[in-house]
Amino acid sequence: MYAWLWRKLPGDTGTKLLGAVVLAAVAVAILWYVVFPLWEPAVTLDEVTVRR
Amino acid sequence: MAIPGITIAHAYAGRVRVTLRTVGELSVTAGLILTLFCAYLLWGTGAYTASQQLLLQRELAAGRIEKIELGGALAMLRIPRLGRGYEYAVVEGVDAEHLKKGPGHYPGSALPGKVGNFVVSGHRTTYAAPFNRIDELERGDEIIVEAREARYTYRVTSQDIVEPDEIEVIAPVPGKPDIRPIRPYITLSTCHPEYSAAQRLIVHGVLKQTELRKE
Repeated sequence: MYAWLWRKLPGDTGTKLLGAVVLAAVAVAILWYVVFPLWEPAVTLDEVTVRR
Repeated sequence: MAIPGITIAHAYAGRVRVTLRTVGELSVTAGLILTLFCAYLLWGTGAYTASQQLLLQRELAAGRIEKIELGGALAMLRIPRLGRGYEYAVVEGVDAEHLKKGPGHYPGSALPGKVGNFVVSGHRTTYAAPFNRIDELERGDEIIVEAREARYTYRVTSQDIVEPDEIEVIAPVPGKPDIRPIRPYITLSTCHPEYSAAQRLIVHGVLKQTELRKE
């Protein structure tokens, strides 16, 4: 999977490296700002109220 | 000359290798994503709380609280034992959306300084974790609530660990649901143990001092 991605990245090694870093940063940003906020309500590790 | 049987064995071994490598890569990726998600829960959620606290505290400082609304600011909470800078704006409401903004006041429980039980819940590990260290509170420690009309100083009387459905602890007289209150109490609640929803950590206090604000 990652080997395939590396082959698909254009340019020489330096450009490929830059492309890989940018792709990783985009993936992390999408997770952090879009996916994780959607997951968060499902995690109940911090229930603080008493109720019936 | 290639022997057909060996070629097939090679092709098979190649497919197995690719499959195993892909499964391995996906597993490592999933592990990294889950680790990142934990980091988000612990620190990323705090950014939202910090921005909301800024708004709520500005609202309180401006003295614009005409009436109490769900999701709106109610009072400032200070606990000197947890540090000089320990202050949070208490928000009205204890639904998930309210508690994300800061410690939340149970609607229907007493208002600050009033006879009955002023009940406040706060996150312990996520969303800036305002109540992370309330287990360190000891008998006699001050809990200061600055409402619009006065500054109320409560003193901690006891600490308890209860089951999530033991609602007696938030009764107007904590622990005694059948008795009419004659004094103002405060009750703080958060989760226990840390990172768990198994039980609740409860801190009780009683009002010791009221300083009216000069208008």
